[in-house]
Parts: sequence; structure tokens; C-alpha cells
Amino acid sequence: MILSVNDVRKSFDGAQILRGISLSVNKGDVVAILGPSGSGKTTFLRCLNYLEIADSGRMTFSGIDYDMHSLAKKEIAAIRKRTGFVFQSFNLFRNKTALENVTEGLVIARKMDKKEAREIAEATLRKVGMLDWASHYPSELSGGQQQRVAIARAIATDPEIVYFDEPTSALDPELAGEVLSVMRMLAEEGMTMVVVTHAMDFARNVSKHVVFMENGVVVEQGETERIFSCPEQDRTREFLRLEEKL
Amino acid sequence: MSERLIGILTDSFFKILIPGLTVTIPLTIISFALAMIIAIAVALIQFAGVKVLKEIARFYIWVIRGTPLLVQLFVVFYGLPNVGILIDPFPAAVLVFAINEGAYCAETIRAGLEAVPSGQMEAGECAGMSYMQIMRRILLPQALRISFPSLANSIISMVKDTSLAANITVTEMFMATQRIVARTYEPLALYVEVGIIYLIFCTVLSRVQRWGEKRLGRYRI
Repeated sequence: MILSVNDVRKSFDGAQILRGISLSVNKGDVVAILGPSGSGKTTFLRCLNYLEIADSGRMTFSGIDYDMHSLAKKEIAAIRKRTGFVFQSFNLFRNKTALENVTEGLVIARKMDKKEAREIAEATLRKVGMLDWASHYPSELSGGQQQRVAIARAIATDPEIVYFDEPTSALDPELAGEVLSVMRMLAEEGMTMVVVTHAMDFARNVSKHVVFMENGVVVEQGETERIFSCPEQDRTREFLRLEEKL
Repeated sequence: MSERLIGILTDSFFKILIPGLTVTIPLTIISFALAMIIAIAVALIQFAGVKVLKEIARFYIWVIRGTPLLVQLFVVFYGLPNVGILIDPFPAAVLVFAINEGAYCAETIRAGLEAVPSGQMEAGECAGMSYMQIMRRILLPQALRISFPSLANSIISMVKDTSLAANITVTEMFMATQRIVARTYEPLALYVEVGIIYLIFCTVLSRVQRWGEKRLGRYRI
């Protein structure tokens, strides 16, 4: 098991957003987190990479146990160096080219040799089909292209797990398609991924495990096949029926 | 225009321009460079919200922006000797201009930092970079890009403000002009002449600004 979190809780201004979420992820798993807006799924994902600090909860990440509420900065930095994160709004560094966006984390954060970093970055950009755009700035790229560069940035560091926060929600269907096909390729290569998404096709066809969240709790989770074919909870059934209609 | 006047104007042109090149411009460049160091430090302190330091930074900006530059010059040059601190005219002017401009530019840069979307910081954190690394390589370059036109405004403004240094015996362009006026009794022609030289300096700076914006403009913010 690469990642296991237990009883994650988080409130903002007295409103409970997460009411005890637990999750286990094995190597090579693709976990899709589904749920209506405001269910807490993005907050949960952000807590996993400490962009939000949970009020309480325990995490075991590659064999080390952490108290999610009180981590030293060093521990957070160490965890982040072994994970990747892909944002809904891409968040590419606006003052860096596509290539520099990928090398930045390698050269600056990981002190890698510049030449080696460049080779890795080019190989990764090729993988996501963006090598021809390596010298372009984010403002010169479409949303789908930006997100593919952001994925390259997240995987170039050879992370043990990659988190995706609604990676296609800011894209129109055609551009979402090119991003989803990159993600599908990564899944087939055995990349461990946790994906918050509204893309039902992706969840149904690519993920192995589905977590359905609502109001800060996990309503139901299990094998993708089972969740989609015979959900146990009425709420899950209703959500899937509504989403499939869209 | 009489021949005498033309003679005075051509004679005085270099007598004014030379202190312009040797005093006004160095005074501006040195003071502005120091002002930028102060401004970046004060902006970073405020942006990071370091408790006590932030209060000190706010106090500094409050005092400096709330008092006239001329008063600040007089306090440092004529006032401080009372408590045993004597500073030569030029360094005194550099000190006051740097501290004064630093307060204004700190606000400009802070606004630039706040205009950078929070996602840039988060992306840097997720890439494993430290706060200082993100600041130096991602946030600050973008903030300075955003602040660039305002900062160019500040330096252009400063070129002209250096004329106040004449009041603390710095022989910059304006004082050089005053001296020639005292000798020749041609205030209109000579003050217009020095005005034109200031205008030339500022025109060059405006050109540099445009060139700089073009160079920085390869990426859009």
C-alpha cells in the first residue's frame, strides 16, 4: 500500500467540510473520487498534499506514519517531493516556458543537473505530446495544452502518486478529451493516481476504484465495475443516474 | 533673442548638463537601486505577514509617506548634526531619497505580489520548492513585471525630485542653474533651459521603459 489515510476531518469557519474520510491506495491503483459540488472532494485532495492542513487525521505514505494536523515543514516538503499535483486551473508558472515549467521542480527543488533535467523534461513533454511547444509560454498555449504541460510537470519528478483535482473541469469537451487520453495512458503504464473528477467516462473506463463523497463523508466506495453496475446506496444510484444523463 | 542671451544659454548648457550627468543621474540611480532593495524587503515582510516586522514596515511607510521629502532632507542634513550625526550632502541625499522612494515602491511591489494568483504559489509548493525558491523564481519576477510601469513612474519622478537636494547644498543641475542665474540675471531663459534638460533625461527614461516592457512582454501576465 502506498497511501492510507484515516479519519480526515476539516472545518472552515465552523462549517464541517470533511467529517472523517478514510482511503487506501495501492501501487498502480487509479482511484476516482466522485460527488456533487460542495461534497468536500477537492478539500480532501488538497489535504493529502497539505495545501490545506486537516484538523485531524492520520496518513501513512510509503511506509511512514504522519499526524496530518501537525507536520513539520520538512516533512511536508519531503512528502511533496514524492507526489505530483495537477490543478483544475493548470497553474503553470506564467513566467516560465513549457520546458522550464517541467525542469523547475527538478533543478531548483531537487538540485538535479541542468542537462539531465532537460533530457527528462523533453522526454516527458514528448510523452504528453507537447515537445513541439517546449519553448512557448503558458499564455501562448490552449487550456488543453497547458494541462498536458502541467501533467508533464507533475510526473517528471517520478512521483509515487499523482493527485488530479478536476483536471478537465475548466476545459471544453474536445480539449478535455486530449487531457483524458494522456491520463488514460499514464493509468495503463501503472501510474498511481487519485483523481477528483466529473468525467464519468474516465471514472467508469479507467479507474479501478471509485469513492463517492457527499457532505464530507464517503457514501460508498468500491470496485469501479460494482459501483457503476449495482451501487448499494440510493444516493449513489441517483447521482450516477443524473450524471449519466448529462 | 539678443546675442548676449544666446551666449549665456550656450555657455551655461554644459555648465548645467555636466552636474546633471555627474550628480543628478548618479544620485537618481544609486538612490533608486537602494530604494528597490528596501522596497522588495519591505514588500516581502508585509506579504509574508511576519508579525512584529510587519508592524515596523507599516510604521515606516506611514511616516515616510506622511511627511514632505523636503522636511526629511532637512531633518537628516541640518537636524541630525544636533545629535552628533554629520553626513556629507551627497550621501545624505542618497539616504533620504532611498528611504523615501523605498516606502512608495514597497507598496507598488506589495500590490504586484498580491496580484499574482495564489495558484502560482501552490504550484511551486507542489513542485517541491521552498518558500524562498518560489518567491525568487516565480512570484517576485511576476510581481516586478506587474509593477514595472509604476516603478518606471517612480524613477522618472525621482529624477525631478533630486532638484530638492539643492536645498542641502548638493551641487546638482538645479543648484548649478541657480548659481548662473545669480550671476547673469536671466532667470526665465535659464530655468527654462534646465527644465528642458530634465525633460531630455525623462524622455530617455520613458524610452527605456518602453524597451523594457517589450522585453519583459514575451510572457503575458
